Amino acid sequence: MVNDPEEKQPPASSPTDPSAPKTPAAGGEPASAPPAAPAAPAPPAAAKPPAPPAAAGAGAKPPAAPAAPAVGAKPPAAPRPPAPPAAPKEGPVALENDLVKRYKEKFGPAILEAWTDRKQAILVVARELLAEIAIYSRDDEKFDWLSDLTAVDWPKREKRFDVVLNMYSMEKNKRLRLKVHASADERVPSVQGIWSTANWMEREVYDMFGVIFEGHPDLKRILLPDEWQGYPLRKDYDILTQDTAWVRENLGIESGQ
Amino acid sequence: MPDERIPFATHAEHTVLGADEIVLNMGPQHPSTHGVLRVKLRLDGEKVIGSECVIGYLHRGVEKIAEHRTYTQFAPYVDRMDYVAAVSNGLGYCEAVEKLLGAEAPPRARVIRTILTELQRIASHLFWLGTHALDIGALTPLFYCLREREEILKIFEKFCGARLTTHAFRIGGLQYEAYDELESDVERFCKPFDKRVDEYESLLTENRIWVGRTKGIGILTAKEAIDYGASGPVLRASGVKWDIRKAMPYAAYDQYKFEIPTGKNGDTYDRYIVRMEEMRQSRLICLQAIENIPAGPIMGKVGKVLKPPPGEVYHAIEAPKGELGYYIISDGTTQPYRVRIRPPSLINLEAFDKMIRGHLVADVVAIIGTLDIVLGEVDR
Repeated sequence: MVNDPEEKQPPASSPTDPSAPKTPAAGGEPASAPPAAPAAPAPPAAAKPPAPPAAAGAGAKPPAAPAAPAVGAKPPAAPRPPAPPAAPKEGPVALENDLVKRYKEKFGPAILEAWTDRKQAILVVARELLAEIAIYSRDDEKFDWLSDLTAVDWPKREKRFDVVLNMYSMEKNKRLRLKVHASADERVPSVQGIWSTANWMEREVYDMFGVIFEGHPDLKRILLPDEWQGYPLRKDYDILTQDTAWVRENLGIESGQ
Repeated sequence: MPDERIPFATHAEHTVLGADEIVLNMGPQHPSTHGVLRVKLRLDGEKVIGSECVIGYLHRGVEKIAEHRTYTQFAPYVDRMDYVAAVSNGLGYCEAVEKLLGAEAPPRARVIRTILTELQRIASHLFWLGTHALDIGALTPLFYCLREREEILKIFEKFCGARLTTHAFRIGGLQYEAYDELESDVERFCKPFDKRVDEYESLLTENRIWVGRTKGIGILTAKEAIDYGASGPVLRASGVKWDIRKAMPYAAYDQYKFEIPTGKNGDTYDRYIVRMEEMRQSRLICLQAIENIPAGPIMGKVGKVLKPPPGEVYHAIEAPKGELGYYIISDGTTQPYRVRIRPPSLINLEAFDKMIRGHLVADVVAIIGTLDIVLGEVDR
């Protein structure tokens, strides 16, 4: 089986994903959201399977790139691109429905990827526009209830953190997951002003992952003591060193193990 | 009155207190904080004008532990989060992993799961009622409530051998076949239980002290409840008719008829009424379910070694305290890559500051009680 967190990540979300027209947005300046008519349709097809590591993607800005993934695309992706994943096996399926279309019309290249996994819709969006997209989701798409905000660490990726928002719409009885990618020194816009409930959730993500939320009024540790070193839910967190240091300092012995 | 969301620290630590103001520390060792919750209160005389919850005293790093256990090994850990509703926690986890695997529990298992989970809801609400009333000064209900809760725990014990941290279910179904008298035991408990609920209500519902201590205390409007992500009875008491058992049915809930009780004012009294009604509805679900428990296998098709295909899933259930969500990412190995638990207690507690402002110190215990938090789940 695949042992590398890199590869098992749903292929679509590979950080270096060459869906070129959009990828630059992650680091670039997608501030203005042009309708991006041609760009929109291209990526969903590409989004699904570009499993090839495609390391080149990082620098790929020319919009010519969409051709590349199409070549490498797995054949099964093409036959069943639409949303209802009648897929035989569980797993990510590219998503293209009205909802995604509306998001893309509104935010264009800031919507980086869209797919469903176990029939649950997932959108990867540009970090810089997270707050705007969250407001749009809450007010226009009626995803007014933020059920969860958390993060995932993929240490081998260039942008190692996924910040994940699970939204729910009582009106439509639907869930939608927003993801943004962030590297260790990038700040993620806080959504605390959009949903009050995000206040503690963002504090917890900061506590456990060290992700900084821009604009959070009171970002400090919540579950761990203030003087705690390190961020435990990072994959490279070394509990043994921490334990030994604590034992040395507080008990005056070499090791508690 | 300061009602804007100024964090406590800016009030108490970086500004000068007013002449009449003091800071009062409550907990972590305090009988009415239901565990190890610490609340810092900023007071003007008896009036609370700001608060900050300090949590984490019971943090055990459950989410980190999950990354170092197999899917099966991690199941018993979830019982230790909300330890007065262990069955519900287990149901959420098992169903989330089943979704991840693309497996499904057989009908018989689903019905038995529903029965036990509803009994657990009753037990959890009973425990809440007893301690909540005790906090406010009504001693008697505690004895009645624990008497009935004991009956439920006996059923659990007969079913799986444990009373508190039950680990009742397995991924893919049930480990144990139901014991022979399960139906009759559940029926014996449920048949007279509505009378029992009436009995508790006769002690409290029209009791002047109870009404005085709960009506108009800790109001949360529907809009605020949604903004604060509140769920479960806290949300429903504010008038939002939303219950995951109806909205996105899981286990066998789509087969049974029941109502979603809601309140109007979103105050402590309404939350009390909503939970009382929920116990009655849970009783109805149990009675419907034992009528017809389908025969058949109790385990679905899952391998001995669980290796979910890579991907992720978010699955939420209506736990007694609200939406209990599991967000699990699989990397295709036998251990989860990441498990995030969305604890209803923690998120509901977040609204505490909103609810307490302007009330008296004595109302702090009423509001902590009405939120029905369990610190094992808040801190995980």
